[in-house]
Amino acid sequence: MKPFSYLSAPDTATALRTIADSEDVKFLAGGTNLVDLMREGIEHPATVIDITRLPLTGIEELPDGTIRVGALVTNSRLAADPLIRTRYPVLAKAILLGASAQLRNMATVGGNLLQRTRCMYFYDEASACNKRAPGSGCDAIGGFSRGSAVLGASEHCIATHPSDMAVALVMLDAVVEVESVHGIRHVPIAEFHRVPGDTPHIETALAADELITAIELPPVPAAAHSSYRKVRDRASYAFALVSVAAALAVEDGRITEVRLALGGVATKPWRAHIAEELLLGAEATDENFARAAAAELAPALPQSDNTFKIDLAQRTVVAVLRKLNAERSAS
Amino acid sequence: MEIELRINGSAQKLDVAPQVSLLDALREYLGLTGTKKGCDQGACGACTVLADGRRINACLALAVQYQGREITTIEGVDHPLQEAFVRADGFQCGYCTPGQICSAIGMLAEHKEGAPSAATEHLADTGGELDETEIRERMSGNLCRCGAYNGIVSAIKEVAK
Repeated sequence: MKPFSYLSAPDTATALRTIADSEDVKFLAGGTNLVDLMREGIEHPATVIDITRLPLTGIEELPDGTIRVGALVTNSRLAADPLIRTRYPVLAKAILLGASAQLRNMATVGGNLLQRTRCMYFYDEASACNKRAPGSGCDAIGGFSRGSAVLGASEHCIATHPSDMAVALVMLDAVVEVESVHGIRHVPIAEFHRVPGDTPHIETALAADELITAIELPPVPAAAHSSYRKVRDRASYAFALVSVAAALAVEDGRITEVRLALGGVATKPWRAHIAEELLLGAEATDENFARAAAAELAPALPQSDNTFKIDLAQRTVVAVLRKLNAERSAS
Repeated sequence: MEIELRINGSAQKLDVAPQVSLLDALREYLGLTGTKKGCDQGACGACTVLADGRRINACLALAVQYQGREITTIEGVDHPLQEAFVRADGFQCGYCTPGQICSAIGMLAEHKEGAPSAATEHLADTGGELDETEIRERMSGNLCRCGAYNGIVSAIKEVAK
C-alpha cells in the first residue's frame, strides 16, 4: 500500500475544512472497500481522514415521519433497527443479504453508497479500464462478462454497481444529505449514482470536497409490505447476479402502488420505472407482472456471457411480485 | 506513528505506519499469530477478531483506527466453543479455526441481542431459534477450505443450546 498521512478528524467541521484545503484526500470510515482498493493500488490518496469519531451515528424519526440515518451507522445496526425492520423490511433484507456479518459490522451507510464496482477488469491493473484509467478502454467488453451490466451500460463501461442496500434505497426514494464548507445539499438517491456514459470514472454526484452526513428515508406506507430477493452464484456471501427490491399494494385485485428496483444487472442501482408505470392500476396477475418485467428489460444490451441476466431478472421480478401479492391476499 | 491498542485486556504500545492493518499489527508487531491471514481482502474470515465484542475482519481495519477499542483475539478467548470444536471435529487443518471461533462468539452475542439474519423468516421477530439454517447464514463470512462445515455447525449448535 502506498504510504499516506493519517488524520483522525475530531469533528465534522475539521474534516470538511481539511478536504477543502488539500489535494488528494480520502475520507475513511469502515474501510471495507477503501482499504482493499488502497492495498490493490487502485486508490492511492496522499492523505486519509479517519471520520469514524464524527457524531454521525444516530437513527432518528423526524416530525414528518422521515427516518434520518447518520452516515456512520453501520450496516448491521441499520438492518437490526426495529423501525427499519418494520417500516422498510426491503432495506433490512437487502443489507442482510450483502457481504458477511463481519463486513456489515464495519461498513457504514455512507461508505456503502460509495463502494466501487467489483468488475474484475477494474481490479486488474494489467487490464484496460475507463473507470480506473480514463481513456484506456474497457476490457470487460468482449471479455468475461458474466457479472457485467445489461442496463445503463455504454461503449466505455459495463461494470455493475455492487450495492444491495442502494437498490432498496432507490426503491424507497431515499435522499442523501451531503455537506461541505459551502453548506448542506440534499441529493435524491436516483440522482446520486450516475450511469457511466463517456465518463465512467465519475460515479456519483458527490463533489470532491463533500462528505455524506446522512440518508433520509421518507415515509412509504407501502414499504411495510416489501421484500428483497437476491440471486447469486452461492447461497450466501456473494455479489448479486440479479436482485429485486419491491413493494406492492393491491385493492380489489388491482395494483394501487408498486415500487420496483433492480440490482446486479445495471451500472447503477436501477429503479424500474417502465415496469412500475405498466403495473400501476393493472390487475395483479402473473401475466401483467411478466409483461412489465419484459418491458423493463427490453432495452437491455447483453454481452456474450450475461444474456442469461435478462431472462433471470424478469423471472425474479415475477417471483417477487407474485409472493408479495400472495402474502397480501393471505394476511 | 506511536499508537496504543488494548488487546485481550492489556494496553500495548507500538510504532506503526498508518497503512499497517490491525491484522499485521497483531501478527507482525505483537507476535499474536493466532489470528490468521487468509485472503487479506475481506473474503475469507480467517482474520476475524472482536472489537468491543463485535466481530470484524482485521485485514480491512487499519491499526490506527482501533485505538481505544477493546480488541479480543483467539489468544484472549476462553470459551466453551473451543472444546466443542474439538468434540465435533470442527476443523481439519485448523487455519480458519481462530477466525471461526471469534466469529461464532460475536455471532452468539448478535443473536442474543435479537439481531436478524438473511435467513430470519419474519424480520420483525426477535429471539428466533438459532437453528442450522440460521447458523450457516450467520457464519457465511468464515470459509473453511477443508470443508469442516458440518462439525463447525454442530459445535456452535451445541454451545448455543
